[in-house]
Amino acid sequence: MSFGMEPYLALILLGFLPSEIWRWLGIVLGGGLSEESEIILWVRAVATALVAAVVARLVLIPPGALAAVPLGVRLAAIGIGFLAFLLIRRSAFAGVLVGEAVLVAGALAFGP
Amino acid sequence: MSATTAAPPPRSASHAFLAGLRASLTSIFFYVVLGNYIGIGALSYQFGFSPVWIVLCTVLIWAAPAQVIVISTLATATLIEVAVAVSLSSVRFLPMVASLLPMIQHAGTRSRDLLLPMHLTAISVWAEGMRLLPSVPKQERAAFYNGLGCGLLFAASVASVAGFYLAAKLPPLLAAMLLFLTPMSLLMSTCSNIRVLIDGLAFGLGLVVGPIIAAQKVGLDLLWTGLIAGSAAYLVHRLREARSIGP
Repeated sequence: MSFGMEPYLALILLGFLPSEIWRWLGIVLGGGLSEESEIILWVRAVATALVAAVVARLVLIPPGALAAVPLGVRLAAIGIGFLAFLLIRRSAFAGVLVGEAVLVAGALAFGP
Repeated sequence: MSATTAAPPPRSASHAFLAGLRASLTSIFFYVVLGNYIGIGALSYQFGFSPVWIVLCTVLIWAAPAQVIVISTLATATLIEVAVAVSLSSVRFLPMVASLLPMIQHAGTRSRDLLLPMHLTAISVWAEGMRLLPSVPKQERAAFYNGLGCGLLFAASVASVAGFYLAAKLPPLLAAMLLFLTPMSLLMSTCSNIRVLIDGLAFGLGLVVGPIIAAQKVGLDLLWTGLIAGSAAYLVHRLREARSIGP
């Protein structure tokens, strides 16, 4: 992955174009599609579930340094962080802060 | 300013752009974007990309979920799975752009004037734009929106490079904290956008179904999770609607 133009080609073909096409289609279709139309509702549900799967993957099979933090600590951190988000006026800031604090405390207590 | 006014004076576009730029600096999303993209920069370091690559990735894609998918799956998933997963995660831009168009379009707007505002459209820029644009004169809205978008995109680019180098230099525990920013902020920002039952259900099901399907090692697990959990949530929504309309 780390040599030559390959990562840049992949970025354009597999990242930029598949994402950007929806912005172009938005211009082309204009106001033709309602945000509440059935097809949009279904597509949004599929996309939301897909993002949830990404979140689960990053917590369960984390990259690099995060993998050194025990699984139980990662799960507790994201769970308690989410609880804080719900309880503190749905503030993402509060949720992230609490989650990170639990992660550090847990890693120090139970880490290697 | 009436609808019949001729083209605005030449200075007004750059003024509006600067006003948008200022608005981006005082927006709550400025900090959200910083935290988000420091995490994404750290992620790109862990997966072996270069600083130039991550800046291009941010400027070209400008969508946090899509970028996380590209960065974390490019090495392991099939090419078609990466492209389809990225595309699915960005479908939301279609209704966002479509709802923004009538706000910034006026009689003198050319199609190419719309390309930059549309590319700058991400959840953060769009949400701030929808909030602030009504108080901006119609002729100046595109320039204002461009200023707003460029401010946030610039912050994101700087943050992603900062995250990259921080992840390389920081002790493991701090690097782990930066990496943890990504799943946390994806979770929170997606849940902040959930207004209806179907989205919440799709997210909850995706969290459960995702790891189960990944454990089966059938491949394309992100796509299968999206299709199965998303369609199940949609079905529940249809059933509830049918029941509430019925006797």
